[in-house]
Amino acid sequence: MTPRITLATAGRVLRQLRHDRRTIALVLFVPPLLLTLFKYVFYGQEATFNRIGPPLVGLFPFVSMFLVTSIAMLRERTTGTLERLMSLPLAKLDILLGYGLAFTLLAIVQATLTSIVAFGLLGLETAGPVWLIVALAAGNALLGMALGLFLSAFAQTEFQAVQFMPAFVLPQILLCGLLVPRDKMAQLLEWISDFLPLTYAYEALALATADDLDTELAVDALVVAGCIVLALVLGATTLRRRTA
Amino acid sequence: MRNSQAAIRIERLNVRRGGRLVLPELSIDIRRGIVTGLLGPSGSGKTTLMRAIVGVQIVESGDVLVLGEPAGTESLRRRIGYVTQDPSVYADLTVRQNLHYFARILAVPDTRVDEAIEAVDLGGHEAQLVRTLSGGETSRVSLATALLGKPELLVLDEPTVGLDPVLRRDLWNMFHELAAQGTTLLVSSHVMDEADRCDDLVLLRNGRVVATGSPSELRDETHTEDLEDAFLTLAEATT
Repeated sequence: MTPRITLATAGRVLRQLRHDRRTIALVLFVPPLLLTLFKYVFYGQEATFNRIGPPLVGLFPFVSMFLVTSIAMLRERTTGTLERLMSLPLAKLDILLGYGLAFTLLAIVQATLTSIVAFGLLGLETAGPVWLIVALAAGNALLGMALGLFLSAFAQTEFQAVQFMPAFVLPQILLCGLLVPRDKMAQLLEWISDFLPLTYAYEALALATADDLDTELAVDALVVAGCIVLALVLGATTLRRRTA
Repeated sequence: MRNSQAAIRIERLNVRRGGRLVLPELSIDIRRGIVTGLLGPSGSGKTTLMRAIVGVQIVESGDVLVLGEPAGTESLRRRIGYVTQDPSVYADLTVRQNLHYFARILAVPDTRVDEAIEAVDLGGHEAQLVRTLSGGETSRVSLATALLGKPELLVLDEPTVGLDPVLRRDLWNMFHELAAQGTTLLVSSHVMDEADRCDDLVLLRNGRVVATGSPSELRDETHTEDLEDAFLTLAEATT
């Protein structure tokens, strides 16, 4: 791995995005708009809005970056640019970290903008520090990016890649405890949720929201970090120098 | 015609794709510092052979020695320029941004970007998004990318498809200039009229080498004037 190449790769990914202004607009403005929608859907139920609002700020980047990366990587695989990269003096880690860096930066902008709208304009309240929510959001973005990169190897078309979102992301959102506390779910579902990375991502965000900044939060953050590493390793196995 | 100065040396190469043996027991030497044309109809195994040489093809057995090292060796990645048939560049970047990125990977100075753009005659298109270029222009961006690192071996898969005759001639002149400077070029084509522009020819059919030699040698051997006829004679003689 070479810092020069990692940075060049991150710069290249960001330049590609810059030529796609509509995607940037969607990534940046859809989360604040959805939170606005949530506020009025739960109108008069401030407690509910204040319970799910802050974790949502931190979970949006996971979903966005999962989708953006799986499509971007699928394109690299189908247009032959990945094959070209693999025939050049560049390490797999340069690709993984290049993508990670680019999309984490984008996620930080996204989470910051969403936070400003949510906590500034919509009157969303949190007992914990907002910076921690943004920091956790950046980690979740990296997790989404790494999972998207890995799963893109199993899609042949963009239609399939887009379907990975309801297939792999939606169940995790349903089971992570955001909508219903996990201990109120059927035992089987709770067991399943123990093995899903988003469960720990949500728990960390919920603890940060409650200003419950102790070891439990650190453990959750570490589990998420472990999942990021695991997803990156799995992603690296799908970047092949030789193909059939 | 075994040659100790061979740039590429292939010994009993077997490649299976989709359960079919597309290259059975293929052996061949490619000489250094000249333009070798790899000719054959579509589906004859040209691309698979090139991929094996570049080291991106999973092979079943056999030896592929490129510039003295086994194909796919890490140190070879800097010494080989490979252009795939479909242009593998980023459609959502400009010409310059594409080349700039690959120049960074190869650690060559930015002046090489301008030189490569000049070499493929894309001056004036630098700031254009690749998505908005014509097919021929896009394939030239892909070619420029392979020129960046001044590789010792250039493997070009049908680089002149869809180009106008003037540009095609210019590119062939460039190939020969590069060869004169010591670069080894392996250029595939399914168009026989390009065969005459090569120093050496390898005729491939159904994954087998039908003939090798210079264009004039092949003509003499088959007593034909036209290389297309020579190919037909040789192809029929082997089936």
